[in-house]
Amino acid sequence: MNAQPDGPEDRLRRFAAIWSRAVFPLTSTSSTRPEFEKQLLPLAERLSKALVAPAFDAEEGRAVGAALVSAHCTDPEALSRSLDCVDAYLSLYCGGDGDAETLRMRSARLQHAMAAGYAQALRERTLAEQEAIAQAALRAQGVVAQALHASEARFRAVFEGAAIGIAIADLEGNILQVNGALVRMFGGAEQTLRGRNVKQWTHAEDAPQVWRLYEELVRGEREHYHVEKAFYRPDGTVLWTNLTVSLLRDADGAPQYQLALMEDTTERRLLNLRLRYEATHDALTGLPNRTLFFERLEKVLGAGEGQRFGLCYLDLDGFKTINDSLGHAAGDRLLVEVADRLQSCATAPGEMVARLGGDEFVALTTGPDTQREVDELAARIMNALSAPVRIDGRELTVRGSIGIVEGPAGERSAAEVLRSADITMYRAKSAGGNRFELADPEADARAITRHGLTTALPAALERGEFFIEYQPLVHLGDGSVRGAEALVRWLHPQHGVLGPDRFIPLAEHTGLIVPLGRWVLEQSVRQARAWRERNADAGPFRINVNLSPCQLTHPGLVQDTVEILERAGVQPDALCLEVTESALIGADDDLLKPLRRLAEMGVDIALDDFGTGYSNLANLRRLPVSILKLDRSFTQSMQRFPADPVDLKIVEGIVSLAHSLDLTVTVEGVETGAQAEQLRILGCDTAQGWYYARPGPPERLHELALVDATG
Amino acid sequence: MERPAWAPRSIDISVPSVSRIYDYYLGGSHNFEVDREAARKAMEFMPGLPKIMQANRAFMRRAVRFAVDEGVTQFLDIGSGIPTFGNVHEVAQAARPGARVVYVDHDPVAVAHSEAVLAGNDAADVLAADLRKPREILSSPQVERLIDLNRPVALLLVAILHFVEDEDDPYGAVAELSEALAPGSLLLLTHASYEGAPLLQQQAEGAVDVYKDIRNPLIMRSRDEITRFFEGYDMVEPGLVPMPHWRPETAPEDEDPYAFSGFAGVGRKA
Repeated sequence: MNAQPDGPEDRLRRFAAIWSRAVFPLTSTSSTRPEFEKQLLPLAERLSKALVAPAFDAEEGRAVGAALVSAHCTDPEALSRSLDCVDAYLSLYCGGDGDAETLRMRSARLQHAMAAGYAQALRERTLAEQEAIAQAALRAQGVVAQALHASEARFRAVFEGAAIGIAIADLEGNILQVNGALVRMFGGAEQTLRGRNVKQWTHAEDAPQVWRLYEELVRGEREHYHVEKAFYRPDGTVLWTNLTVSLLRDADGAPQYQLALMEDTTERRLLNLRLRYEATHDALTGLPNRTLFFERLEKVLGAGEGQRFGLCYLDLDGFKTINDSLGHAAGDRLLVEVADRLQSCATAPGEMVARLGGDEFVALTTGPDTQREVDELAARIMNALSAPVRIDGRELTVRGSIGIVEGPAGERSAAEVLRSADITMYRAKSAGGNRFELADPEADARAITRHGLTTALPAALERGEFFIEYQPLVHLGDGSVRGAEALVRWLHPQHGVLGPDRFIPLAEHTGLIVPLGRWVLEQSVRQARAWRERNADAGPFRINVNLSPCQLTHPGLVQDTVEILERAGVQPDALCLEVTESALIGADDDLLKPLRRLAEMGVDIALDDFGTGYSNLANLRRLPVSILKLDRSFTQSMQRFPADPVDLKIVEGIVSLAHSLDLTVTVEGVETGAQAEQLRILGCDTAQGWYYARPGPPERLHELALVDATG
Repeated sequence: MERPAWAPRSIDISVPSVSRIYDYYLGGSHNFEVDREAARKAMEFMPGLPKIMQANRAFMRRAVRFAVDEGVTQFLDIGSGIPTFGNVHEVAQAARPGARVVYVDHDPVAVAHSEAVLAGNDAADVLAADLRKPREILSSPQVERLIDLNRPVALLLVAILHFVEDEDDPYGAVAELSEALAPGSLLLLTHASYEGAPLLQQQAEGAVDVYKDIRNPLIMRSRDEITRFFEGYDMVEPGLVPMPHWRPETAPEDEDPYAFSGFAGVGRKA
């Protein structure tokens, strides 16, 4: 608008400026005042035109009043100030040269119309905005409600669809809601659950803490608890559950409800029980097995003071024969029958029968008075076995050996008790079987040592715990050392030096004698070579090595011996193998063949301990033997003076017989010079004994030989 | 479960709402008696409160225009409320048709109202979310649809940070939002403060108490504390100043004394 100073347009703008200055502070517009003034300018123009229009129309005032509201002049004070402005300045600035009275009247009419228009517009705007905000609030609530509804629907779906049983109860225990899974767990009738009280859900197998935890929870002292709990179903069957109960609090934290989550573990529990049964029972006889027996025994042994136990360890006599001759099926039926009979023997509380495996059974009795009871139990068992067992039309006689262990709880471990019972049972068996024996600590100790030595033997050979001592063999004619007997010793880490009598039978029993014997042979042959090299001039020097019965039958004997001799570069005539008379009693040609082969090669064979068995003198001829070693029992009688003339005669006879068979005679156990002299007179060839030297290390023998050579 | 994070358990319009109180201060009628009652009570202590709100709106208008002049045409207005007029999309789209605006508020009524206002405006949308959970804002479908985070964005935090208590980590929230913005983005911010208010602090505290009573505590921060929100931003001239001093279009001395309460500033992300 290019207004001329004080022209109508300039005057109009000045009016608008006054108006905007009056009203702007009351608006809440974010516009600036110049912008606001620009908004008012067209309104001022409308008023100005209406004021001077040829045909007056007060309605223009209405539009202007409404426009004020649109310009955010919503404070009624803005109207008041606007009317003041119009009243004071409209005619003045915009009235031109109009009639003053007409202008005043028209201005007043316009003001009335402005007020009416403003009021109407403000009312409409207010109503519209109230409507809008109310609608917004409603929609927002709708959205929230929908979200809540959706969430509630989801919760309900979760609640109903959960595989886990859910129940909600108040703090008095009244059940308010249960889900389908829970109803199904309890057998399907919802009415039997809803409205009932949690506290009725007691069960005989409830753990003692279950109801204490419950009380703590409903008192608000505990947020949740987790237990394994059984419930009675309406039909009387048992429901086992993993139960978790949580306390639900309201917004202010006060306890409000309890929530129970249950997982049905009935099946799993049954399966566990079955697996547990299978793991602890013998499939054939249905008796408790070794595992369960040990559990029970350990429990019994761990019982308090005053408690005792009695154990019968039964092994059937000759069961292997039955199994071998009649077959396993018959053997199994026999075991089942035995199991049944045993079970009928141990029916009192605290008694138990178990099958440890094979034909080994145990019966256990517990209580304060087992000393008497266990004997009776053993007697009952023997009695129960006495009647023959009928299998496949045969009457089988069953016999058993029982080892009994009885004692107070808390002293020994289960393994110790069972070992003692086992040892005692073997004692009963070696005493002929079909009997029971009572455990005896000394017998146990012996057996335990035997057992310990047996199990330690293989490692001992590997660790080099064996060594060899040599006892010289002296020619009775000239007193020269002609050889030595190799005697194996065991330097046991705990028991010290053990003689062959302590472990050779064990080695025989376990078969370890073969490698042990081979080792002894190797060592001795090597030693023989050393001596021969040193004393090349001292004449034939021979090493005597003992052969056990087991070695005798070992197929590798000849080959092993040859190899050992060859490897050491020793002639066969430097070796004499000693075989006991008893090992050769009744020997057939098969057994003698290896000895014969060795003898043919030049190895001497000595018959050891001659005179202790039922010596078949006639047999001597067919044995590949070149030396007789008279048992020390013959020489012992010569220690006395005067010697028993009968003994002298016998020895004389044997020597004469031997010589006539071209055998040389060696005597053992020579302890005195008189003995030695006597034996020389009787014609014995060589002697061995403490009179000459005790068994000792090879160096000792070397010294002895030197002494002899120089002497 | 799955209840939208913003959705309260129920909407209680008998409890005053800061956005409706704000509307009342600005002469609107999008409010209920409880809101007006709270507003009137606060005004007993600070009669010029409406002028502060008006100054906020005026600053926002200038700052949005400034942003458009700087070439920024995407706006993220968090704490947008319910005001009747002078909204960001109006200002921005008047200056640059097609300018994109996403409003964010955690008041479901404000959001519902904004939805009605924005119906048919393809370039503007509203999102119910909380400033304290920036992830939800940034990953919302609305932001995804309208805001290209690879280009500069004008982030508006106008009269909102003083409603976030320190234990809710407002600095962390602003930092997380800023992190997502491209270099050249602008942070448009106003914040209440005792500094600059034309009255004794004790008196202003009366108004603060009103907000405390309606469970929307008003956290007054010092200028230094407010400056810390701009970490990572270069302050645009004239820096952090009382609202009327920020690039005024009319003489600041003509403004109501209350308009000088609190601070306004714009930062540009480096």
